[in-house]
Amino acid sequence: MKVSVTVNGSPVTAEVPDRTLLVHFVREEAGLTATNVGCDTSSCGACTVLLDGQSVKSCTVLAAQADGRAVTTVEGLAGPDGELHPVQRAFRQEHGLQCGFCTPGMVMAAVSLLAENPVPTEDEVRLGLEGNLCRCTGYHNIVRAILAASEEGAAGALTAIGAVHEEQVS
Amino acid sequence: MPHIAVQTDQRGAEGGHVSILGTRVVRTEDPKLLTSGGTYVEDLRLPELIGAARVTFVRSPMAHAEIAGIDGSGALTVPGTVAVFTAQDMDDLSPPPPASDPGSEGAPLPMGGPYAEPLLAIGRVRYVGEPVAMVLTDDSYQGEDAAELVSVDYVPLPPVIGFDAVAGTGTLLFPGTGSNIAVAMGAPADDSVFDRCDVVVRQDIVNQRLAPVPMEGRAVAAHFTDGKLTVWVSTQNAQISRFILAGVLGMDPSTIRVITPDVGGGFGAKVGLDRDAIAVAWAARRTGRPVRWTETRSENLVGMTHGRAQRQSVTLGGSRDGRILGYRIDIIQDTGAYPRMSGFLPTLTSLMAAGPYDIAQVQTAYRVLLTNTTPISAYRGAGRPEATAAIERAIDLFAAETGLDPADVRRRNLIPPDRFPHTMPTGAVYDSGDYATGLDKVLAAAGYAGLRAEQARRRERGDVIQLGIGLASYVEITAADAAAGETARLVVHADGTATCYTGSSAHGQGHHTAWAMLVRSDLGIPMDQVTVVHGDTDLIPEGVGTYASRSLQLGGVAVHKAALDVREQARRVAADMIEAAEADMELDTDTGQWQVRGDPGTGRSWADVASHAGPDGLVAAVQYSEGQPTFPFGSHVAVVEVDTETGKVRLIRHVTVDDAGTVVNPLLAEGQRHGGIAQGVAQALLEEVVYDAEGNPLTGTLADYAAITAAELPSFELVGSETPTDVNPLGAKGIGEAGTIGSVPAVQNAVIDALSHLGVRHIDMPLTPARVWAAIGQAREGA
Amino acid sequence: MIPAAFSYKRAGSVGEALDLVAEHGEDAKFLAGGHSLLPLMKLRLAVPEVLVDIGRLGELSYVRADNGDIAVGALTSYHDLAGSSLLARELPLLACAASQVGDPQVRHRGTIGGSLAHADPAADLPAVILALDAVLVARGPSGVREIAAADFFVGLFESALEPGELLTEIRIPRPAAAGWSFQKFTKRAIDWAIVGVAVTGSRVALVNMGQQPVRASAVEQALAAGAAPRDAAALAADGTSPPDDLNGDARYRAHLARVLTARALAEAAARG
Repeated sequence: MKVSVTVNGSPVTAEVPDRTLLVHFVREEAGLTATNVGCDTSSCGACTVLLDGQSVKSCTVLAAQADGRAVTTVEGLAGPDGELHPVQRAFRQEHGLQCGFCTPGMVMAAVSLLAENPVPTEDEVRLGLEGNLCRCTGYHNIVRAILAASEEGAAGALTAIGAVHEEQVS
Repeated sequence: MPHIAVQTDQRGAEGGHVSILGTRVVRTEDPKLLTSGGTYVEDLRLPELIGAARVTFVRSPMAHAEIAGIDGSGALTVPGTVAVFTAQDMDDLSPPPPASDPGSEGAPLPMGGPYAEPLLAIGRVRYVGEPVAMVLTDDSYQGEDAAELVSVDYVPLPPVIGFDAVAGTGTLLFPGTGSNIAVAMGAPADDSVFDRCDVVVRQDIVNQRLAPVPMEGRAVAAHFTDGKLTVWVSTQNAQISRFILAGVLGMDPSTIRVITPDVGGGFGAKVGLDRDAIAVAWAARRTGRPVRWTETRSENLVGMTHGRAQRQSVTLGGSRDGRILGYRIDIIQDTGAYPRMSGFLPTLTSLMAAGPYDIAQVQTAYRVLLTNTTPISAYRGAGRPEATAAIERAIDLFAAETGLDPADVRRRNLIPPDRFPHTMPTGAVYDSGDYATGLDKVLAAAGYAGLRAEQARRRERGDVIQLGIGLASYVEITAADAAAGETARLVVHADGTATCYTGSSAHGQGHHTAWAMLVRSDLGIPMDQVTVVHGDTDLIPEGVGTYASRSLQLGGVAVHKAALDVREQARRVAADMIEAAEADMELDTDTGQWQVRGDPGTGRSWADVASHAGPDGLVAAVQYSEGQPTFPFGSHVAVVEVDTETGKVRLIRHVTVDDAGTVVNPLLAEGQRHGGIAQGVAQALLEEVVYDAEGNPLTGTLADYAAITAAELPSFELVGSETPTDVNPLGAKGIGEAGTIGSVPAVQNAVIDALSHLGVRHIDMPLTPARVWAAIGQAREGA
Repeated sequence: MIPAAFSYKRAGSVGEALDLVAEHGEDAKFLAGGHSLLPLMKLRLAVPEVLVDIGRLGELSYVRADNGDIAVGALTSYHDLAGSSLLARELPLLACAASQVGDPQVRHRGTIGGSLAHADPAADLPAVILALDAVLVARGPSGVREIAAADFFVGLFESALEPGELLTEIRIPRPAAAGWSFQKFTKRAIDWAIVGVAVTGSRVALVNMGQQPVRASAVEQALAAGAAPRDAAALAADGTSPPDDLNGDARYRAHLARVLTARALAEAAARG
């Protein structure tokens, strides 16, 4: 079937098998390979993207379910001039990544977390990351990064992205 | 509060030189990883891989069976299926390796001869997940459809599962070998030392089987054309991988190129490459079409090697005033269905058995047991977490028996700081250490006395939520294969930029940042003008790679030495340019200028000097070995709350000293400690690979294998400590595995400590709520 | 990892959804949030030939007061349940349970209807609905019918829905009891409950203590007879057949049911 998804603000249309997972649509049809597949039981969160501004596990969404909707991946976070999103900046400052494989999904989960809870406590951050596994960092610096980004007002940056995408979809 | 990380080198006020080494420098790797993402094998979009066929393996659902027949014809009916291969098709491989030499038991090498492991199963399967056939399809979605239609006839054999199989009455995994015990080493038990002790404690301990679960599983792509094989593989060692491929495929290494793209974690389970990856490379050669394979997580949990899986019988004896006189550990190492590491892991456990303690008599012995389970290999710590977990449990049992504080027992027996280098009864030669200071620092940081007081209050009140304080002191061996050394080739180009080719192979450790810091420190070339390259055998034909926490002390020092070599070459060239004496030349590492000492007006840039040297600039190649391993050490304190009604454990604090000598970049060192601690806590509280009696894995997906998340962990409290070594010029030891080695026993001891007033003496890991509750119940019944 | 091939159809209305499923019979399944169905399909434990996507039927996503009931649309996501101010005021038990299902990503997609129709005894919302004595409204080829929660969960992964029937609404009588508690005992935060307890007033329902969610009727009867909550809680496992698995055996689960029921009753008493 024909599926059209707005990915990071750009329309992507392709004829794909009905069973195509959204993560594969993003990786293959949109050509954006930052989002990774880390498991097959919807457990690890490496595939997390935003669907209409909300974090979802793109391995557990059919591309068909995202037809006509807006998807945001980590590749779509930085500003048009390459300026990093506050969450990206904070992950670097706080050494919140090592091998980088969980990072795109982790960053998108963080962006969504802060959009819904702009000033979280440490416990709320940890609970908010329960769906995202990392094997390298022990989470300590990921949590620091999210708290730092929250201090920088990351929530405002997301609202702007969400609004832009909603405009493009409607 | 966020740190302000130092982006570039610091200059001292008034131009005095402040080294970048030891400062918190954010990583050069990150901008790409955070924006367009890393390029892992599955992300490769190279011309050579256009039209690549996808490999899907057909894997055994049986733990132990003969293969009566394989029929791939069903798969060939699926549109897009290119081929179905079995072992019968692989008639162009080298003969299997001969039986291993006696004396090689301690080497991390697969045992040959009757134990040789095929690529695809030949006649028999020995573990659930063993690859039996491979299906090539045009795309990955078709692959699962096709693999489902390959029909395999199995004739079941009785499975051999569990440590008790060491009794030896089960079916032989390898007919003709006479026993499922592949290796047996060590001294027979001698109880005479224990007979002389006032207090003797004995305990059987299980150090449970774990799955490494790197976030990126195994992945490989291969391309064969004009007699040359190119393999992209998620590995920790490109050069070793090439060596293995050449050996198995019967090719000259010069006709093989191995390229390591970004690697999403390894933890020891991606050392070299394994049979599945070699089979993929073979398929590329057989078909002449590029092929690629990326395993699913379910495959990874049964197909990637597991870690740990030791059962230990420990005996520790000493005097009533807390002085330990003797220690014995008997190890059964479950090695899974194929002995891929011979006796390497329990050899390391034996070497490090006595930890940081001054124990006069240490006895060790081990047996390596074959079972119908996934093969065992290295996993973060590789034999040393097992050693530390055993003796730290024994120490706490001894403390409980003598009624002494576990911190006092440790302090009483730690090797004093004036004894280094210190040769242990096991043969290990510890280079440097200050163990008691490490223990005291961590106890102070944890507020030990206050914690004990709070514990006493809760016991007095009979609170449902009890407090437990767990200690562990450890020493560990890093760069155990120091003799193999590491390579570095440093080029300063005519434009003044530099490229550093390293034999090390980072998969998250941040070597590119750290090596650039070393070049910046030695040569004054700014970090953003230093490119680090690793993992391509065409560019770096000789190298060892990253495991055993060896990279900084070998690979980093190699870079440092190459930089010093370049510096001396440049001195000569610069002197020649300015027509000054070499002895009068200095390098201002703040400005990166060569000049006559004290005369900046004569300054020449690296670009000037390198281009004067010739069109290839300045080059230095180094093969460096420090000659012996190093021994980082530390102490951990874990604080847990245990709900005595449900058995649930909550880790509320974890405080550590992890001393690995000189710290080049504290940001990176802390990150390694954090990651190591988390994996150790996971072993203590949550994770275990479980098989049923038939050899079926019960934890074969991430829904069942309880990998630890952020919600189960606190933020950690790290105390700094740097006791340099003189084994290498940086004074650095390895930090990568230390966190795991210290954290496992600290957490285990903490939970048992929380319940010791109820009569609980020991609980095996993982300390799940059900296990803890059962232990409480048993202790109450026994009371 | 990849589902077996199927044909995807998107329904523009409830009527269309019913027609599509009726047309394909046993080979078709409804797709709501997909977070119960798609994981099964990816492991090829479920192989429907047709998926009818009802995820865009926004008219089935709501939480509203409707005379004597709180009416919840079957396609309301866990996230929306957890964030509903009406539920926070009037039915915090449901909001609280919804806020603990899975993880944030799952809660953005999974729906209450999907969870109830899936009828997993280890899931949280079935037990909550049972405790609340909710009425479930289903629409099928033969019209609309109401099913009491007590009759809805008939077996392991088996609900009372007929083939081709779609759950459209869940109705909970107002006002709900002032005292409530939800105790979910897990190894990790993200895990399914090893055992869970939902209390509303003097009604108690159990998660993962059998092949379907069950009311702890011995506890309820004891409370009705005037027993102290601690004593009533001691009967929590009576009449249950909890499973044995890696997380605990039946004996441990029975013990947890008793402990958690005592804690839930205490918490409910403190609230009401």
